[in-house]
Amino acid sequence: MFDTAEMLKVFAKYRGDAIVVSGRGGKHWIKISDTALDMPLGDPAMGGHCGFAFGLALALPHRKVVLFDSEGDLQMSMGVLLSVAEQKPANFYHFMLDNECYATTGGQPVPNAKNVKYDQIALGCGYPRAFAFDDLGAFSRALPDILEQKGPVFAAMKVKPEIENEAIGNRPKWRTRTQPKVVQDLKKVLQIA
Amino acid sequence: MNDAVTTSTTHLSPETVLAQMKKHGVTHVVWLPDSETNWLYLLMKAEPSLTLVAVPREGLAMSVASGLHAGGKKPLVLIQNTGLMESGDSIRGWLLGMEVPVVLMVGLRGWTRHGITTDTAAVYTERFLNAFNINYYLVESDADASRIEVAFKEAETTKRPVAVLVGDEYHGFVSK
Repeated sequence: MFDTAEMLKVFAKYRGDAIVVSGRGGKHWIKISDTALDMPLGDPAMGGHCGFAFGLALALPHRKVVLFDSEGDLQMSMGVLLSVAEQKPANFYHFMLDNECYATTGGQPVPNAKNVKYDQIALGCGYPRAFAFDDLGAFSRALPDILEQKGPVFAAMKVKPEIENEAIGNRPKWRTRTQPKVVQDLKKVLQIA
Repeated sequence: MNDAVTTSTTHLSPETVLAQMKKHGVTHVVWLPDSETNWLYLLMKAEPSLTLVAVPREGLAMSVASGLHAGGKKPLVLIQNTGLMESGDSIRGWLLGMEVPVVLMVGLRGWTRHGITTDTAAVYTERFLNAFNINYYLVESDADASRIEVAFKEAETTKRPVAVLVGDEYHGFVSK
């Protein structure tokens, strides 16, 4: 297992002009980048990050879209992998943080937490390429090639859980923009209606 | 098929629905078929201006539509009322929270027009939409097409989802 914040620092070197839907990595990514091409949405509704990023990738086929999903989200809506695989957006890079638990609710394990091969599921659903990483070194070495090749690509990463037990109302608010403002900023910078 | 559409006051034709989609610039139909949409599916599939994005569970349609909107496209969600009710939290978070102006075209399974509605899918549909404060328009025939138009305009004006409840089954093509 490796550290999400450290992984994102590595990713930042290769990000280029990709749109980043930071998902469950949002509170770390916002310390690295918070431009109009970053989409720190927090958690609009659990299970939907992939659908959102997938829709964005379909809408903007000439722009890389990178998603940092989580295994808890994906377990809620695993069927989205089928929709992605059918459309095959070549600009979609689907990274998934697997901490084997629901960290924001106290760390309870997700179903079958330690025994799921998400990369195999993605391949089985029809993703042409999928990877699994459990150490940062291997991820760092593979990342340039992953981002260089055509999507859709899926990469599962075993990351250390960052368990929160504080009441939600007492947790620090890390987002600086509302969700509609995030979308508005993206449209403005890309000059789309 | 050609573009000459006969307007029916008793039935809703798939041509009428497709014409409304085109008129309002729909680019993507995010959908899961219900038992009555095959006629419309055949038309949409043949329409080059539309991309069909199939989802295996209706809630997913909401986040996909939200992403398409963020990228400057104009999605329409085409599902059945059973799936609408499955989608509650996704509608809340990905459509209402993100202020997505999208038309939800919803097959109103169980709607009887007359007498007592016994199918709980129909019984709870309007109650569900009211709970989410989503406005809706019932469309039962081609003569109601203007209500689809109202829904598109209202979605844009209010930056909210607006539902069109399809209270008729498609009976096949009516083109001459």
